[in-house]
This record gives sequence, C-alpha cells and structure tokens, in this order.
Amino acid sequence: MTTPVLEEAAAAPGGTPRAAPSRRRASRRRALNDALAGYTFLLPNLLLLGVFLFLPLVWAVRLSFERTGGFGDGEFVGLDNYIRLFGDPIFWQSTLNTALFTVLTVPLSMIIGLALAVLMNSVLPARGLFRTIIVLPMVISGVATALVGVLIFDQNIGILNKLLRFVGLGAAPWQSDGAAAILSVVLVTLWIRCGFNMLIYLAGLQGVSPELYESARLDGAGAWNQFRYITVPMVGPSTFFLLIMNVIYSFQVFDIVYVMTGGGPGYSTSVLVTYAYQNGFVTRDQGYAAAIGIVLLLITLTFTFVQWRASRTRDLVE
Amino acid sequence: MTTTTPTLAVASAATSTSPARPRKRGRGARISYIVRLLAAIAVSIVLLFPLYWMIVVAFSSKQELLSRDLRLWPREFTIANFTTVFDTFPTVTWFGNSVVIAVFVTALTVLVNLLAGYAFARLRFRGSNLLFLLALSTLMLPVQVIMVSQFKLVTELGIYGTYWAVILPTAATAFGIFLARQFIIGIPEEIIEAARVDGAGHFRVFAQIVLPLCKPLIAVLILLTFLSTWNDFAWPLIALKQSELYTLPIGLLFLKGQYGTDYGAIMALALVSVLPMIIVFLVFQRYFVQGFARSGIK
Repeated sequence: MTTPVLEEAAAAPGGTPRAAPSRRRASRRRALNDALAGYTFLLPNLLLLGVFLFLPLVWAVRLSFERTGGFGDGEFVGLDNYIRLFGDPIFWQSTLNTALFTVLTVPLSMIIGLALAVLMNSVLPARGLFRTIIVLPMVISGVATALVGVLIFDQNIGILNKLLRFVGLGAAPWQSDGAAAILSVVLVTLWIRCGFNMLIYLAGLQGVSPELYESARLDGAGAWNQFRYITVPMVGPSTFFLLIMNVIYSFQVFDIVYVMTGGGPGYSTSVLVTYAYQNGFVTRDQGYAAAIGIVLLLITLTFTFVQWRASRTRDLVE
Repeated sequence: MTTTTPTLAVASAATSTSPARPRKRGRGARISYIVRLLAAIAVSIVLLFPLYWMIVVAFSSKQELLSRDLRLWPREFTIANFTTVFDTFPTVTWFGNSVVIAVFVTALTVLVNLLAGYAFARLRFRGSNLLFLLALSTLMLPVQVIMVSQFKLVTELGIYGTYWAVILPTAATAFGIFLARQFIIGIPEEIIEAARVDGAGHFRVFAQIVLPLCKPLIAVLILLTFLSTWNDFAWPLIALKQSELYTLPIGLLFLKGQYGTDYGAIMALALVSVLPMIIVFLVFQRYFVQGFARSGIK
C-alpha cells in the first residue's frame, strides 16, 4: 500500500529538462518540493491504514477461503466456508436478526430524531438544557449502557417489570422470549441513537428559511401540512445521510447485543457480528468467522452502492 | 466508534441557535407551547432515567434491589458497592489503563490526521486524489469484518496482549482527515503564501502557522477521539488478555462475569467509567455538538 507512493516520489525527479528557463525551473523545483512534502506528510497515516486496515482486509479475504484449527496456518479449502454458511441455520437466523434489528432501529431512530429536532427548533424555555439531555447518552459507553439495560430489563428484579407489575400489566419475559429480548435491545439502541439523529436533523432544520413557513401559513397551511410539505423535503439531505449512517451502524451492532443478551435466548438475538465473534474467538473457527465478516462487508457495500445510485437518480430527476 | 465515523465534512451551524421569534398569538399558540414543554420534559425524564437508575443502584444495598416492591429512590445511601469495587478489583489500574490508551491513541491519531489533512488540503502532487479516495473508503469498512485477521496480525507482530495491540489498530483511522482537510482549506492562501515566500518550508508552515490556526479543530478532534477510545469495547476485548491491562469497559464485563447479578457493584464501576466522560462532555459541550454534527451533514 505504501510502496507505490515511495516509487512515485522517487521517480518524480527523473525527467527534469536541463535547459529550462529559470522561472520554470523554480516552479518545477517547487512542484517537486510539494510532492516530497505531500508524501512525507501522508506517510504516517498511510502506514497505519496500510498495515492495520488494508493488510487485514486482504488477509480476511484469504482467511475466508481457509480452514483453520485455531493456531498455525490454515489450509486452502476454496469456497467451503461460504458453502457451509449457506446451509447453516444459525447464520441465516443471525442474518435475519440483523435485518430485523436494522428495519426496527433505523426508521424509529430517524423518526424520533426528527421529532426531537423539530421540538428543539421551536420556541421553548431552557432549550439548551433539553438538548444537552438528549445528546448526553451519546457519551456513555456501549458496555455501560448495555449493563444498565440488563438491570432495567431484568425479568425478575428489573425496574421495568416492577413498574409493569405495579400498573397491573404483568411482567414481560425480556430474557426468556426471543421477541421480547430483541425489543429490549432495540429500545436500548434507540436511547443511544436518538441524540445523533436529533443533532443532524437540527442542523438541517436550521438551514430552512423561516419565510417558507411564513408564506405557507399565509396560504392557510396547518402545522401538519407545513411539516409534511416543507420540513420533510427540506431535510432530505440529512435524511439521506442519516439513512446510510444508521444502516451501517445497525449492520455492525455488537456491544449492546453481546453484553445485554449474548445472542440469547438460544440464538434469537444473535446478529452477524456476534456470530462472527463467537466463531472467531470462542470456537476459534477463524476461516468461518472471516467468511461471515466478508459477507457483512458485501452487504454493506451493496447497500451503500444502491443508496448512492438512488441518490444520483433522485438528483438527476429533480 | 461508529457514532463518530464521518463521511463528508461540511461546515454546519449546529450550535448556533436560531433566534426564537416572539409570536403574539391566541390561546392555540399558548396550548401548543405548553404541550411542547411537557413533551420536552417527558423526553428528558425517559432519557435521564437510565443514568439516574445507574446512580441509585450504585448507592443502594443489595437487599433493596432484590426486594419485589417498586421503589424509585434508595431507602438509604451506602457506598458499600464502591468499596467492594475498589477493594476487590484493580479498578484504579483499569482506570489508568483507559487513560494511557486513550491519551496515546488520541495524540497519535490527531497528529497523523492533521498532517494528512494538510497534505490533502494544501499540497498538489500526483496520486493525491486517488489516495484521498482510498482513505475515504476506509470509513466504509466495518472494523468487525477484519477483527479476526487484525487479531492474527497483532499476534504475528508480537504485540498481542500489550497496550500497543490496542493503540496501533485503533489509531489507524481516517476519521479526522476530512475535518482537518476541510478546515485547513478554509485558511486563507495568502497567509501560507507569505510564509512560503519568506522561505519557510512546509514543516515550518505547518507547525508555526497552520497548527495555531487550527485550535478549534484540534479541540474537536481530541475530544471525539478520546471519547470513542475511552468507550471502545470490541477491539480491546480481543487485543488484551491479562486483567491488569484491561480498560474500564473490559473490566466492567469482567466484573459482571465474576459477580453475576451483584448489580450494585456493577453499577458502581459503570458510574466510575462514565463519569469522566460526562464531565468532559458538559464542560466542552460546544465542541462535541459541533464535532458530532460536522462529522456528517452534507
């Protein structure tokens, strides 16, 4: 990754014509100087990215074609790992759970984020304080959040079930029922995510000119119509950005699920990353874990590409 | 990590509050004002409750938590959970590990990204666009995809189970390059030209002119990098093995593994781990909000 850079830098001084006018020579020297400085400034970053991101990426691809027995070199087995994935019910369940988690968390966190942003953009006392409270969960670590989640959602001694019993609704089976377990993970995720969505939407809303609302009001548009026909279209770019960020985040969910449910009960909350972790570091089937990682990468890339195409078409149409 | 992954850095005015226009309207407006206020209060209660509950449980006795009746505040405050956590577990060591790792990662990442940002913003050279795209593409790469091979890599390098196994891969991020490039592009060309004409080399221009002008940017980068490293979980979990080297999040998980349902102790340690970041956030809120919002909006 870094070698072509060095070669290019070394090759640059090659073709300097001798009899150039001094002005041109000066500008040439300057360009050479810039190039040398440029590569030098980039070198530390490129080294880190090359060694710790690009190299492992290539390695992961290779690993996904190997069978490994924990330590030592693996043997090349072609597409075996991928074929195994295809017939692995836990892999399919993890994929489905990842999709379900994404489908639930992404729209909900965006809707809540937009609602909060509209609220924070309106006339309100102590607006700064409210905004601080909404953003605050963003600085709490995933592990601490998940542990509070465990405590709140504990079936027996959790405060939520105590509350549900108190109001006569009866305790919910947060740990013994798969659907309830997924719901608990989704709720905790929303707690973390709504602040980020609110901030991005708030920034988008502050770019909308108040005159638009003023003229809509004069035309007799009610609050809902103003929201529907001015606010929603005007924050379109924020929505596009948030969609990508939220989907990628949800595809990669790990901390919350790993700490809160460990994928259980059974495999009912297992997602792609927790399943890959389990294969890679618990059962030590590294080739198989790498294959799951590659599948995750392909899904992410496909989604990003589709989104990008969709946004391009939209831009062309408008 | 993911929360702070930016794609495009374009200045936005998230922090500037739009002037509240005074409206003289009738009862409808007043009712809507009250409804909004109540909604904001309700949202705040829901959002603050987990933190409140963390504090309550951390200061409550075990019996109280196990009782079946609903109590939203502790009968009596006890610091027994904190004594347990500090006496039985190397909490101070874990805290120190978190500080050391976060400081090293932050220093390395911010310096390296500022250098790269300057090169992409101010220097013209062959391949710079390609390299920029390459760096950009790493932001789309889920780190989880490569965790197994990263683990194998640090093992091969002989640094598995050391601070460096956490620090180096964590510092390998292009996050910050874009904010840095964007910010440095905004510095007037003339300032840099004048110094160049006076014979200053790029390193002097960078160190003596660009860096001092980048203070707000550096503040944002330091705060965001420190925060995400402090809270990082998956990679330290993989890269560290001895419990004396654990960071606080890994220590928290370890404590849960040892103590099971002693939530009082778990919440006490959780509180110790999140409190520094809450304080830093409240003090430097302006920079955080700017950073969170700028790390994205297009």
